[in-house]
Amino acid sequence: MNTLEIRNLKAEIEDKAILKGINLTLRSGEVHALMGPNGSGKSTLANVLMGHPEYRVTGGEVFLNGENLLEMDIPERAVAGLFLAFQYPVEIPGVTVGKFLKRSLEALRPDEKLNLTSYIKELREGMEFLEMDQNFINRNLNEGFSGGEKKRMEILQMLMMKPLFSIMDETDSGLDMDALKIVSKGINALRGDSFGGLIITHYQRILDYVKPDHVHIMYDGEIVTSGGMDLIEDLESKGYDWVNETAREAVHG
Amino acid sequence: MAELKTDDYKYGFSYPERSVFKTRKGLDEEIIRQISAHKDEPEWMLEFRLKSLEAFRRQSVPEWGVDLSGINFEDIYYYIKPTEDQTRSWEDVPDDIKETFDRIGIPEAERKFLAGVGAQYDSEVVYHNLKDHLEEQGVIFCDPETAVREHGDIVREHFGTVIPYGDNKFASLNSAVWSGGSFVYVPKGVHVDIPLQAYFRINSKNFGQFERTLIIAEEGSFVHYIEGCTAPTFSTDSLHSAVVEIIAKKDARVRYSTIQNWSDNVYNLVTKRAHAYEGATVEWVDGNLGSKKTMKYPSVFLLGERAHGEILSIAFAGKGQEQDTGGKIIHAADNTSSVITSKSISKDGGSSAYRGLIKTKPGVQNVRSAVVCDALILDEKSHSHTYPYMEISTDDASIEHEARVSRISESQLFYLMSRGLSEEEASMMIVNGFIDPLVKQLPMEYAVELNRLIELEMEGSVG
Ligand SMILES: Nc1ncnc2c1ncn2[C@@H]1O[C@H](COP(=O)(O)OP(=O)(O)O)[C@@H](O)[C@H]1O
Ligand SMILES: [Mg+2]
Repeated sequence: MNTLEIRNLKAEIEDKAILKGINLTLRSGEVHALMGPNGSGKSTLANVLMGHPEYRVTGGEVFLNGENLLEMDIPERAVAGLFLAFQYPVEIPGVTVGKFLKRSLEALRPDEKLNLTSYIKELREGMEFLEMDQNFINRNLNEGFSGGEKKRMEILQMLMMKPLFSIMDETDSGLDMDALKIVSKGINALRGDSFGGLIITHYQRILDYVKPDHVHIMYDGEIVTSGGMDLIEDLESKGYDWVNETAREAVHG
Repeated sequence: MAELKTDDYKYGFSYPERSVFKTRKGLDEEIIRQISAHKDEPEWMLEFRLKSLEAFRRQSVPEWGVDLSGINFEDIYYYIKPTEDQTRSWEDVPDDIKETFDRIGIPEAERKFLAGVGAQYDSEVVYHNLKDHLEEQGVIFCDPETAVREHGDIVREHFGTVIPYGDNKFASLNSAVWSGGSFVYVPKGVHVDIPLQAYFRINSKNFGQFERTLIIAEEGSFVHYIEGCTAPTFSTDSLHSAVVEIIAKKDARVRYSTIQNWSDNVYNLVTKRAHAYEGATVEWVDGNLGSKKTMKYPSVFLLGERAHGEILSIAFAGKGQEQDTGGKIIHAADNTSSVITSKSISKDGGSSAYRGLIKTKPGVQNVRSAVVCDALILDEKSHSHTYPYMEISTDDASIEHEARVSRISESQLFYLMSRGLSEEEASMMIVNGFIDPLVKQLPMEYAVELNRLIELEMEGSVG
């Protein structure tokens, strides 16, 4: 079983403390949902885990299967099995999807020789599964893609790269119902004994399709409460502030 | 983020200087007479050289563009003759010169994908060859000295007509001391199906190379000419100042490709211009990767109806380099069209500039031109500038101009690195993507070569 353990993680940007001690453990076979109002630090957590150079870690530890994640550089984290589906995937002009994914897979598995035929076959199947047009293979990565196409491209990459743990940052935002179902289908396809996921979202919608095992609520740089699906119902009916206050009362009583 | 490693220049080696004759340093009438005498030239050429020397002296070094005050014209050898004779057989080339070109890969390239090859070492062309079937069709490909001797009438009729001897200081200098280069003549209707290539190598220190190229494409003909250049890395500077004239007659098409990869101690100041007559097409593909400072603006004068001019310019400015490049198109006839595409990359404090001119003759009808220039800046220390000039004196013109400057963003690097790529590889991928639209338009072998060179510039690996 694989584990991603986040222990008392603190991080800042431009001398402003954003993460104020995050504790969270993901295990393979599990999908967690991380919810919280805008600006609470969800994307910061995702970026810090992947190693974005803009953020400074000021405390805590992260272990991926016992290895110190925070000591690895960005590509090492990817090779170790961490994947981030970006909230805002960036455009890379002149670099086709096909070429990029090939190089990426080669970099992620340096010891294997990539078999071109099976790579292309798998890529085509992945695109079909996510109902993407095959000509995306020859389009420049994310360039001119609609919001929904970009999100599907992130899930396609995830399916091809088969990470141990994937953090999906607002993968559901801006998707219409059909696209949401397709993206959910993609995530569910990877679910299983060797995969753990963290779905960052504002809305219950995606969680109706990808049922999480655990739900965490983040507020101002901290996880204030954790639970199951019932927490989401409270949230929908009463809002973040109520959840936050009750959680704090429970702690500080 | 970590810095990219700087490059090692693969062609920086040199062999001991060899010469069977060499003028003393500096430039005066006596030196010009010596050069001319060594070439056993007709009187008209000597006169051309002498009046060019006067024109050179009259003009001052341009004060726009790059700073050229570091050039000391008195400290340069203007003519170094490496061997007595030119040969058509690779075997007969002296060993050190042969090894030089072997290391650069010329003989192999000739076997693989060229119709003819010329190789110039310092001042003289030491090797020249053209495939028999082209010679049989009347194609001429030789050094200009041979052309002056054997095809004097054609040369005299065209030489210096596209770029007059007084055009600019460096064209005048070339006109005074020119040596080596190429003469290409393609008869009416002949298609030279695979490229001709000339390769220019500087070997000696404090040397100036002044080759001269004249290409004449008769009605309905086609030729693709490729020029490559490298030099050793010396601590003192060298000067390269070429003149290239192209005449594309009715419905002819000429494509001229350069991949300039001089070492970073070379001043590269080149004048290239083409005359395109009715229905003719001239394309300049100009890749500038090396040199200390380059000023080069290939131009096309569209002189006949339906003539078309195209300039593709790729510049890479690394540490200590200034690439001031671009192009000029003069629309002097109705229904003419042009495209300029420029891509520049600046890195490690390098500076690149696009300088371009689109001009129309007053009152010409139905003129179309599109200019697109993109610059990519890889770090905070590096620079890019755009100077697009337009002189449009007709109402019947459609002129488009687009300029973009972009930087490799941290978010692009982060994105690619999060997919397992190293920072260097991520940058490389972004740079390759940036030049891709241009590289796609090059012939295959050439695209491969350019990609390889840019990879060398980026990675610093010695191939
Ligand atoms: N690049 C940045 N520079 C300055 N502040 C930032 C930056 N990125 C995020 N922040 C701040 O960090 C806080 C958390 O942001 P973020 O992690 O994006 O929240 P969420 O994803 O939960 O909406 C916000 O107050 C935001 O303004
Ligand atoms: Mg966010």
